[in-house]
Order: sequence, then C-alpha cells, then structure tokens
Amino acid sequence: MSGRVLVGVKRVIDYAVKIRVKPDNSGVVTDGVKHSMNPFCEIAVEEAVKLKEKKFIKEVVAVSCGPQQAQETIRTALAMGADRGIHVEVTGKDYDTLGPLQVSKIFAALAKKEDAQLLILGKQAIDDDCNQTGQMTAALLDWPQGTFASEVSLEGDKIKVVREIDGGLETIKINTPAVLTADLRLNTPRYATLPNIMKAKKKKIAQVKPADLGVDITSRLEVLRVDEPPQRLAGVTVETVDDLVAKLKESGTI
Amino acid sequence: MMTSSYRNQTHSGVAGRAQDVVHVPPPAVQSAVAHGVLSAFRSVCGEDGVSSGEAVREQHGRDESVHRCCPPDVVVFPRCVEEVSALAKICSRHSLPIIPFGTGTGLEGGVSAVKGGVCFSLRNMDQVLDLHQDDFDVTVEPGVTRKALNSYLRGTGLWFPVDPGADASLCGMAATSASGTNAVRYGTMRENVLNLEVVLADGRVLHTAGKGRRPRKTAAGYNLTNLLVGSEGTLGIITKTTLRLYGVPEATVAAVCSFPSVQAAVDSTVQVLQAGVPVARIEFLDDVMMDACNRFSSLSYAVSPSLFLEFHGAEGSLEEQVKAAEDITRYNGGSGFQWAKDAATRERLWKARHDAWYASLALRPGCKAYATDVCVPLSRLPQVLVETKEDLIESRLTGPIVGHVGDGNFHCLMVVDPDDPEELHRVHLFVERLARRALAMDGTCTGEHGVGLGKRALLREETGPVAVQVMQGVKDALDPRNLMNPGKILLPREL
Repeated sequence: MSGRVLVGVKRVIDYAVKIRVKPDNSGVVTDGVKHSMNPFCEIAVEEAVKLKEKKFIKEVVAVSCGPQQAQETIRTALAMGADRGIHVEVTGKDYDTLGPLQVSKIFAALAKKEDAQLLILGKQAIDDDCNQTGQMTAALLDWPQGTFASEVSLEGDKIKVVREIDGGLETIKINTPAVLTADLRLNTPRYATLPNIMKAKKKKIAQVKPADLGVDITSRLEVLRVDEPPQRLAGVTVETVDDLVAKLKESGTI
Repeated sequence: MMTSSYRNQTHSGVAGRAQDVVHVPPPAVQSAVAHGVLSAFRSVCGEDGVSSGEAVREQHGRDESVHRCCPPDVVVFPRCVEEVSALAKICSRHSLPIIPFGTGTGLEGGVSAVKGGVCFSLRNMDQVLDLHQDDFDVTVEPGVTRKALNSYLRGTGLWFPVDPGADASLCGMAATSASGTNAVRYGTMRENVLNLEVVLADGRVLHTAGKGRRPRKTAAGYNLTNLLVGSEGTLGIITKTTLRLYGVPEATVAAVCSFPSVQAAVDSTVQVLQAGVPVARIEFLDDVMMDACNRFSSLSYAVSPSLFLEFHGAEGSLEEQVKAAEDITRYNGGSGFQWAKDAATRERLWKARHDAWYASLALRPGCKAYATDVCVPLSRLPQVLVETKEDLIESRLTGPIVGHVGDGNFHCLMVVDPDDPEELHRVHLFVERLARRALAMDGTCTGEHGVGLGKRALLREETGPVAVQVMQGVKDALDPRNLMNPGKILLPREL
C-alpha cells in the first residue's frame, strides 16, 4: 500500500457571509466576497493529518479544482499538515459549470495516477449542498465508500467506519482502497498556526489541467435561474375561531 | 404607547439591592416620542430600522445580570456610523437618553433604560474591516462577536484571546473593559484596544487614536482610547474597535492539581508567576465547587482547593513549563498533578472548570445563580478567600468559588432562591461585605464585570471623592446633559 491519502478541498463562500443573488438572477455574488475552505473539507483534512500523525499513512496530498484562488485553499490544507498539493486548473465558464460529476472524474483519475490508498472528501459543499462527489468517485473507481463518517479507524488493510444515518449510527467495515466522506462530528479541525503557515509556503503545489488527466469537463447541466427564498410575510392576528376558519377558507387552505 | 410600570419599579434583583429611586422619565421623553421623533428615526435608518414593539423593547432592556428588565421607549437599528451620528443628533435635539446595545450579555445591568429613551442596537453593523496580518491588528464593528472574529481569522494563524465566557460583542467588551480566563497571559481589553471610533452624545465622531491609526504603541496626547474602554456607554457609542491580535498557540497543555489548603494553591500560583512560567490560564476552584463539579459531571476529583492550568507555546517549550509548574505544586503540598496534550484529554481534564456554572446551579435545582466579582492583590487572596468562605458558612449561603487566581480575581457563584426575600437579603448583605473586604485589602469592587447599576456607591468608596469628581468632570465635558446611558457608573450628583 502506498500510504498516500488524497484529500479534496473546495473553495466556497465563507459560511458566515450573507449570500446575495446577482441582479440578473444568474447566480450569487462572489466578487469581493470572503471565501474559505468548505467546513466539511476542513474536517476531511484534519482526519487525514490525524491518520498521518498516528502513522497509519505516510503522505497527505490536498487537491482542489478551480481558478488561481484555489491555491489559497490548498495552502490552508498544507498549513494544517498536508504534505503537498495538486491544483487542477479550471477557470471562467468551465468553473461556473463545474459540478460533482466532472470533479469525481478528476478525482478518480488522480487517485489512480497517485496510487492513492484512501480518498477523503467532505460529505458536501455548503454552496451547492450536492453530497454527490464522494459517492460518484467511488462508483467510477469501483472502490468501497464510507460516507457520512463520524468515526474512522484503520484496521490492517480494512477500514472501520461509523456512519451517521437517519436512524442513528451504522458501523461498516470496508476494504482499501476506499473513499470516505467526512461528516460534522468526525473531528474538530485544528487552527493553522503562524509557524505552520510559513512552512506551508515552502510545500509544493503541482498544476494540472483536466485534459492532462483525460477528463472532459463539459457540463450536462444548465442553471436557468437563481432566486432568493420568498420573503416571509407578516402574520395576521385573528380574534375568534370563526375568523380563523374564514381566513383559512379565504386563502384556499381548507 | 409607553408603559411606565417598568420604570416606576425599583431594580431589586436577586441580590435584593434596593436601588436609588428610579428617575421618572422627563416629560420631554414621552412627548418627543409621541410627537413624531419616530419618523425622524425612520428617515435615518429605514422603516425596518425602528421598533416600538413591546417584545423588542423588552429584549433590549435586559442583559444577563440579576437586574430587572428596564426597556427603552424605542429601539433603533443603525447600519453605519453616519446613521448612528444622525440618530444621536436627533436624540440630543430632543434630550432623549441613548443606550448602546451590543449582545446583551453584560452582567451589571448596563443596558437598563432607567430613564427610558432610545436603545441603539448595533447588531446590523457586523463587518470585520481592515485585517492587517503582518501588523497583528484588525478593526471590527459592534455587531462582530469574539467567536465570529476568531472564526473569521481561522485561516490566518491569528486570534483574539480575550475570553470573558459569553460570545460578546467586541465593542461591548471594550465598553465594559472585559477580561477572562486568558488575562494572566494576554491581558484584558485595556491592553488590547489600539483605537476606537466613538459617536458622542452630540453626534460628533471621535477617533480616540486618530482615524485609521494603529501603531503598537504611542505617546501622543491624552489616552482617550483607554478613557473610553470601560466607560460602559456613558461617554459615547463605540462604532469601531481596533484590536491587537496574537499568534494562535502552536501547542496547548492542560493540567490539574489539588491542594491541602487555599493558601497552598495561591502560593503555588504566585511562585509559578514568579518563576516566569508564561502560564496562559490559571484557575482556582474551591472545595465546594470541586464537590459540585464531581456530582454534576460524575468526576472523581479530590474535594479540596484545586488549580486548573493551561500552557500555550511551541512544542518543545511546553514540557519545561509543565515540569516547572509541577515542581512548584509539589513543593507546596499539591497532589494528583495530571496533565494532557491532546485535545480530547485536555477537554476531559478541564471539564470541571467548564461546567462550573451549571454544576453550581445543579446544587439547588430551581434556584438562580449570581456571580460576585472582586479582585485583590495576589498576596491578599488567601486571606480574602478564607474570610469569604467563613462568611458564606455563617450566612448560610451557597456560593462555590471559581477564580482567575493569576489576576487575584474571583467569583462566588451565589446560588439563591429568587422567591425567598430573606435569603435574597442575606445575599445582598454578603455581597456588600465581600466588596468592602476586597476594598480593605487594596483591591477593587469589580475585576471584570463593571460598575453598571449596582456598584455605583462602591465605586465612590473605592476611588474616593477626588476621583469621582474628576470622573464627573469628564462626563460633563463629553455629555453635559447626561444623555449617554444615564444611571450607570456615576451616582446622581448631590445638588
């Protein structure tokens, strides 16, 4: 086993920012807005670094797909303890239409190229909430998957994963190589410290294009329109039950 | 419709303090508000920026203290300093009291609108501005809380360490000169505010260190920045604060140790500091508190005075710090010294300290808790703690003690039945004795929480008549008509 783990990290609008829809309803405003690493990707990086600290694996490689700014996200992963990075360059319209299917093809290609033992992703991104990339990548690679992981332990060449599911927790044991997706309670990501940020500046980030990996990133989806949720209207007080029934009938609710 | 019932009550809260007579709002307030000053407010901050709703006013008339809710007549929500200034000018023109409001997490009734008036809720001004990573400074608006700032900074390797417990507004923390468990290493707000943007009662905008300036030190003129820090909204409305940032610690170690006596714990603290160990947190829990924590969290710590320590530093240096501290505790008769480096074990070791408030409440379900707050020179701490514990027993009161012992600051968490006026009265007398005991030992009646409503008389005893006169002079210079948060810090002047 190569002892190499790939971690996918996505650059998204920071969770604390108030999202605004563009006036032409084509998307959300991203210019000048604070971006940071997707919170579930932070958890994925933390888990990979922990596995390395416990000596279960040898190398953590952080991967991000996007324009030049994606390198900032990779640098954050390097400051958290990843060893090197791979920046898959996707820009302009291609980046606007980049979605889980294309990203999973890219990750599958990289996983093979880097001879990865494990691929860890966040369970979903907070901008699109797709929750698809991990699953699609596993299918493309024909690897087992441990999704919504809240606990991961390596046992020889198998992995025990405790998964958060609707009814509670499910424990599975899967072979490696495998794909894991990190859920909220998997760990608490460390803050990058100044010395580690400085060390991260010296770590290498390789640049590749999707075409170099034989991946076609043409999108099959077209976003027609983006709207804000409807404004919540003020409530109406009614004095009697009869009034209530009348109003409900009036509005067609009953 | 103004409800005057609130304002005609006295503010006796859990501590049973009979406040000074509540000032009935001058007729100007009621008539001004009735006569359309509301439309002037709306033209400044929009239809949604003004609220006279009862629920909103009540929410803005209380904090986390024991003082009863004293709602303002109206709440305004400005979005920028220009709006704050315009609103202040309107209030000034109509002689309306102005009460700034951050997160409402204060502990001394600082937001009680004792004379009615206009609450300026600053929550919509919530931007982090001007982060300068290389200079270790950042400027924030009043709607930014300390947790929000640290989350914003999380990729930069920097943090703002002043931690008063609550997720408070940073400008509010500046207004109350907040402190916390980290003060022994990183200081309080006084040491960490570089500049403030303040709107005065007449609407003028003041930059205490000059607009946009952020040198790490200065000798330029009167220290207006620190005049405003701790002024609790009585001199102006803070609309921006420039803060000093620190590097996130590379590694953290937590430790716990128990002692045969309070003296032994405090001696250890003094010696750890004298030895130059840069301890980041050093917290004292008395035996009553340790017992409460054992019960609440199913722990098995020794039921005796204990210290909880935290060390921050580079990986290598921590071992030395911990060893030095351990030697000192052993020298003073300490036992059961445990320490941990990984987050999970540190969490477990410090659980007792983290749960202290809830553990205290759990001692007497159905009761409320009120935290006292005095601070004395370290050498006087053992004496004041021993006398205080004796007083608690004699007064038949429940008051587990937790203290930031590295600063000589401690809190008795008074657990009291809010429906028992006799017990409330005993608590009130105890708290006054405690404050006077601290003053008699060269200390202060408030280490962290501020003066607010309840400690105005004690402030006068503490600082003396000349200091009070000077403070009154400053207040008169900046706010001659006492519109800024009336009823706080200074007692009404004798005529």
